[in-house]
Amino acid sequence: MATAFSVPKFAAQPFNPISPTSQQKPLIFPTAASPFLGSTRKLLHLSSSSQLNLRRRSSGSVFAVSDIVKEKKSTSIPSLLITKEEGLELYEDMVLGRAFEDMCAQMYYRGKMFGFVHLYNGQEAISTGFIKLLKQQDSVVSTYRDHVHALSKGVPARAVMSELFGKTTGCCRGQGGSMHMFSSEHNLIGGFAFIGEGIPVATGAAFSSKYRREVLKEADCDHVTLAFFGDGTCNNGQFFECLNMAALWKLPIVFVVENNLWAIGMSHLRATSDPQIYKKGPAFGMPGVHVDGMDVLKVREVAKEAIARARRGEGPTLVECETYRFRGHSLADPDELRDPTEKAHYAARDPITALKKYLIENNLSGEAELKAIDKKIDELLEDAVEFADESPLPPRSQLLENVFADPKGFGIGPDGRYRCEDPKFTEGTAHV
Amino acid sequence: MAAIFQGVGAAAPLSSSLSNSFDSNKSVFSPRRSFSVRKRASFAVVRSDGIVNLNPNGRSAQRLVSNAVATKADGPAASSSSKPGHELLLFEALQEGLEEEMERDPRVCVMGEDVGHYGGSYKVTKGLAKRFGDLRVLDTPIAENSFTGMGIGAAMTGLRPVIEGMNMGFLLLAFNQISNNCGMLHYTSGGQFTIPVVIRGPGGVGRQLGAEHSQRLESYFQSIPGIQMVACSTPYNAKGLMKAAIRSENPVILFEHVLLYNLKERIPDEDYICNLEEAEMVRPGEHVTILTYSRMRYHVMQAAKTLVNKGYDPEVIDIRSLKPFDLHTIGNSVKKTHRVLIVEECMRTGGIGASLTAAITENFNDYLDAPIMCLSSQDVPTPYAGTLEEVTVVQPAQIVTAVEQLCQ
Repeated sequence: MATAFSVPKFAAQPFNPISPTSQQKPLIFPTAASPFLGSTRKLLHLSSSSQLNLRRRSSGSVFAVSDIVKEKKSTSIPSLLITKEEGLELYEDMVLGRAFEDMCAQMYYRGKMFGFVHLYNGQEAISTGFIKLLKQQDSVVSTYRDHVHALSKGVPARAVMSELFGKTTGCCRGQGGSMHMFSSEHNLIGGFAFIGEGIPVATGAAFSSKYRREVLKEADCDHVTLAFFGDGTCNNGQFFECLNMAALWKLPIVFVVENNLWAIGMSHLRATSDPQIYKKGPAFGMPGVHVDGMDVLKVREVAKEAIARARRGEGPTLVECETYRFRGHSLADPDELRDPTEKAHYAARDPITALKKYLIENNLSGEAELKAIDKKIDELLEDAVEFADESPLPPRSQLLENVFADPKGFGIGPDGRYRCEDPKFTEGTAHV
Repeated sequence: MAAIFQGVGAAAPLSSSLSNSFDSNKSVFSPRRSFSVRKRASFAVVRSDGIVNLNPNGRSAQRLVSNAVATKADGPAASSSSKPGHELLLFEALQEGLEEEMERDPRVCVMGEDVGHYGGSYKVTKGLAKRFGDLRVLDTPIAENSFTGMGIGAAMTGLRPVIEGMNMGFLLLAFNQISNNCGMLHYTSGGQFTIPVVIRGPGGVGRQLGAEHSQRLESYFQSIPGIQMVACSTPYNAKGLMKAAIRSENPVILFEHVLLYNLKERIPDEDYICNLEEAEMVRPGEHVTILTYSRMRYHVMQAAKTLVNKGYDPEVIDIRSLKPFDLHTIGNSVKKTHRVLIVEECMRTGGIGASLTAAITENFNDYLDAPIMCLSSQDVPTPYAGTLEEVTVVQPAQIVTAVEQLCQ
């Protein structure tokens, strides 16, 4: 139930992320016995369940968590992983993410938004699974594929859509765009266009939290930061540098790798000497966890422990979520390199369908209720688009307003006055 | 009060210590006596006195004293402070400024390589870790890009980090974070997050440090929108600029110079800051405006001594604010002398001098009697050999020749 999303091809054995394909004949894309599809390396077989103790605090442990979940299910009285309220919250959040991204695609092709737009379809389980566990004061740092992270963190759909349309009512006043979603109210610290760029910023946010607790003596400050990034980023120096610093100072941060196997057209296997990213955590002194990122409940279980660990002050965790993006890298990507079989395989593991099935099979909800949620989200999005359409474009006067927090930074003009005192400054026509 | 260099007559002992110290065989700048400080009522001095004045309107009103620049007669009676002040070296002035700001605001913290237990490679953070703890004075691993980014993230979430590059050149590794995040995030977030960081470190050509340790990053960073750049040159303005930079809500890059850390000066005891956007009048004059900053200020003053003996009256301005330029001070000077010489240590191509030349031409072309001359370092990776290194940077003799040429 919780774990056995059996995929037609591998129906012969229950879905086991440690060695799903070992006994099957090779699939079209190159795999051998692989811990997850697409990898050519064997994973260490950790067969003894007693080794897979999530709560043991050794920093060297490397394990795939879904085995624990399976184990929990079989040894105890069948208990569900979520309550009805939680289930509906998760469902709604994922549907919001999916529908929003679909709407983005529509709007893009209608010429309402421009530039690079990177959609999150297929990866909703990660955003929902992690972010719904956070408090408002916890921080989230994302990449350019950030619309759904913003929505999960609580930024209103209207604000995100307006931002995409480049309107002044957007969450960043239209100045950031698709790749730069920020919200100080919801502690969403970006939105970064260059990969890896946000990871040090996330480390800094975590450092702030620790500083507040230990130097400023705000005893109850236990804010956690989540840093989301992809498989391509895991070959970047900033990733490794920050793993080191976070582990060194036991910063309250969780590094979440959204491994969707592709960095635009570069397969993870072609770019990475050791594709098992979670193994790189223990090299720096933190636990590395691999989880099925298409299953929101599994992600949630791992997230709970990783976030709790950070909150307790025990330091960072590296979580690798195996996931897939159903669309191309961006709306400009023709997506010709990926194998249709691979796409079909993951499409069958659609996280929303899976959760829906779980909710219905466990009598947590019914078709009607879920359809009502679908409809509610559709209406929400219609409203968001309408709001964005009707919002004003940024006026010229907005051009210079946020370049400096203290506009004296524009300097002193020839007449002796600060440039920002020049009325052309507020009109946006001054040349700085 | 400011460390203002006097006209040559009164400062003979001063200049002799200068010329001795800039003897190329000496490895460390060690003046034999401290610079004597006369309190002058030039507008730059008035600005920097005592209290922070962040009210731009109030500031404009104080501009009216600009013509007091030429007065030499002000003695101790004109000084606004009766305290004698205390003498210290430039690196100690930086440390004092940093320490005072850390006391004043618990959110101010320092991060960098060897800033904590080692006390800083140029001793600017000496003693701070013992006093404030290892988290407030953080020894980072050697990962400039990431710890600069970490400082930026910390600044966005409420702290006020001072990030040290052990040598400014190392910050080339942090260019990604400085350009993309430090400069831009306030804007791309629509004003939601401020980034009150100070990025500082020693740069410039030292004594045979080799090409990579002799870089001048001000030219690379100047195009980044959203940051301010200042260069300190005396203990007085070092402390003042450090404090102003820490208190500023904008990201500020503070350029120090490897050879100036041991300059000694008497500075006031009371709290003061130096305005980040203003230039400093070093020596008023009539014949030619010489614009300079950082170490070249001293080469210029040495050349000024020779020039005065030859009958010239140069006006020397330490521009201090590399981005943005203080076009008011500079403009007033151009309008008075009609001739401009820029002396800088930056590279010829795309340096601060190049930008300054463009800015002056654009704004004050009508007031110029001659084309602007710009003396910069040559576009050469700084050689190790002392003789070669000496000729890559501008020397006083070149400055004298340039002024003579300009004033024909």
